[in-house]
Amino acid sequence: MIRTPWRLVPRTLPSPRMRFLAPVIAVALTVIFGCIVFASLGLSPLAAMRVFMIEPLSSVNGVSELLLKASPMCLIALGLAVGYRANVWNIGAEGQMYVGGIFASGLAIYFHERGGAWLLPAMVIAGAIGGAVWASIPAVLKTRCHANEILVSLMLTYVADLLVKYLVYGPWQDPAANNFPLTVSFSDNALFPLFASFGGDWLEGTRVNVSLIITLVALPVAWLFMQRTFAGYQLTVAGLAPSAARYAGFSSPAAIWMALLIGGAAAGIAGVMEVAGPLGQLNDRWTPGYGFTAIIVATLGRLHPFGIALASLLMALVYLGGEAVQISLQLPKAISLVFQGLLLMLLLGCDVMVNYRIERRRPAPAAAVEIK
Amino acid sequence: MTLDSLTPLFASAVAAAIPLLLAALGELITERSGVLNLGVEGMMLMGGVTAFIVVAHGGGLTLATIAACCAGMIAALMFAFVTLTLQASQVAAGLALAILGSGVSAFLGRGYVGNPAKVSFSELPIPLLSKLPIVGPALFSMNALGYLAVILTVATTWFLYRTKSGLILRSVGESPVVAQSLGLQVIRLRYLATLFGGLMAGLAGCYYAVAQFKMWQEGLTSGNGWIALALVVFASWRPVRLMLGALLFGGVTAFGLYLQAVGVQVSAFALASLPYIATVVVLAVISRDQRALRRNAPASLGQSFFGM
Repeated sequence: MIRTPWRLVPRTLPSPRMRFLAPVIAVALTVIFGCIVFASLGLSPLAAMRVFMIEPLSSVNGVSELLLKASPMCLIALGLAVGYRANVWNIGAEGQMYVGGIFASGLAIYFHERGGAWLLPAMVIAGAIGGAVWASIPAVLKTRCHANEILVSLMLTYVADLLVKYLVYGPWQDPAANNFPLTVSFSDNALFPLFASFGGDWLEGTRVNVSLIITLVALPVAWLFMQRTFAGYQLTVAGLAPSAARYAGFSSPAAIWMALLIGGAAAGIAGVMEVAGPLGQLNDRWTPGYGFTAIIVATLGRLHPFGIALASLLMALVYLGGEAVQISLQLPKAISLVFQGLLLMLLLGCDVMVNYRIERRRPAPAAAVEIK
Repeated sequence: MTLDSLTPLFASAVAAAIPLLLAALGELITERSGVLNLGVEGMMLMGGVTAFIVVAHGGGLTLATIAACCAGMIAALMFAFVTLTLQASQVAAGLALAILGSGVSAFLGRGYVGNPAKVSFSELPIPLLSKLPIVGPALFSMNALGYLAVILTVATTWFLYRTKSGLILRSVGESPVVAQSLGLQVIRLRYLATLFGGLMAGLAGCYYAVAQFKMWQEGLTSGNGWIALALVVFASWRPVRLMLGALLFGGVTAFGLYLQAVGVQVSAFALASLPYIATVVVLAVISRDQRALRRNAPASLGQSFFGM
């Protein structure tokens, strides 16, 4: 092994200070890396960073877009965090979101121009059920057959994607769409009303809608569930000390079911937020990957609702920044995916400081030679 | 289904199996050392985009292959540093690598989408043998990477079960504590095994970009890196079974294409989902027998080891 002048020394207790600092350091390192990337592309790093991080927030419309993107990611991440606390690695939220969107779109299309005020709430419930149904497949296979939920939930994401494509190219295609893969535009009863529609000139033209309220309600509910209920406590114990949980008589299949169903339902509702929100229909490539980004949001937010809220705003900014540099600097949008992956990787690296101290190696005392 | 139609069916099954086999062989060695690297998909994409870029700029196939292997290894090195040196969770870091790899490959490959590969691997038929009915075109008219995959399967089996280094690798995966107490350098061995996994995933990506699809697009590998992971479980960490498993999965893909070709009225999307559904079903069946699985799996798989 290469001998570095530093070594890791395990801490007796995890450092709470580092638990909060590590995400901050990781974000700072990502920004520095971003500057290097921009510089290597021949752009002024500061100017590019301004376009990426600050310009999107300099208007009411920008803030509205930020909330519009952060809200579904935050909701999915809250659901995932419940599972991750229990060491149930549902990484198929993207697919669960698709199926939630499909269920809700089914209602919207079936009751097109016929539904009443009940339609939208029914769609939200249908979306939650759809996501939960999709998540119940890994749950069944995990509890009955011990199949790895990571692989199963991810494989099902590809299946869900193909299911969406099948529907929008086939039975649900809008006959008036000239063979474009999209459904009819939903009627008003099947859409979340915009905040702008309640008046207020300063909101003119913004797209943020009342579905934001779902996320705002979900935040305290998730906090109460995780910190103040027995079920939440059981999940946390199951994750931290599986054998202790077994000894205490906490059912492991129940924890797996709860983790996956909550995650799936949250992702399903996020799917409804999209199809009944900015999209207003179902099409074949409607998601910018919120289900995957939510994994980063949950980790970056330390699986805590407050942290997740902050992290979702940050990741929404990364999306907006990616769009901004695409428009004004002609950079590919994939750059936001690079930053997302890098941020998660750096965060995992920085997390070493939670459980370890980094010390300078002292020269070995003369007596202790070559024992190794 | 006539006997004649079996020939192209079998050939496309083998063609789909090769990259799965390559990537899964690498992951098998990685996992045998006790490291679970879920980022195969990301490493494959890195290898694929690198190979395509090299070819697009006039590089030869040898150079493209080497570059793809290096790209896979660089990605694996990042994973190894974060998990083995910095003690991060292997599951989380693997996911991060998968996301990062798809992002970086999409970013690097942005200018190359839609162009065909300038050069690509061609079939190298073995005289006489390639004329055999049914199996001839499939097994004896592969491209260089296909033959390499077969050779590497044999070599990996020999390495794992017939050499001292193979024994050492397996013992590190079974019990790093015991291995270290015997004076073995656990972390270094795990680094090497992880790098080998990256190399092989890069090779698999190279296969997709310049042998099978002969083009680049975002997410070119369409989840096959994840299928390779499932394949390792399916093969209960044995190289020869890996070959059979890869053929099985390749067969499922080929069967879908075959049904489409003969005009069976099934949605193309349903057929495209076959490999993913097959993976889920196989995982469920194979995982039912937990005791057998535990007997076969490297005992320390996925656990961090602090050995400094």
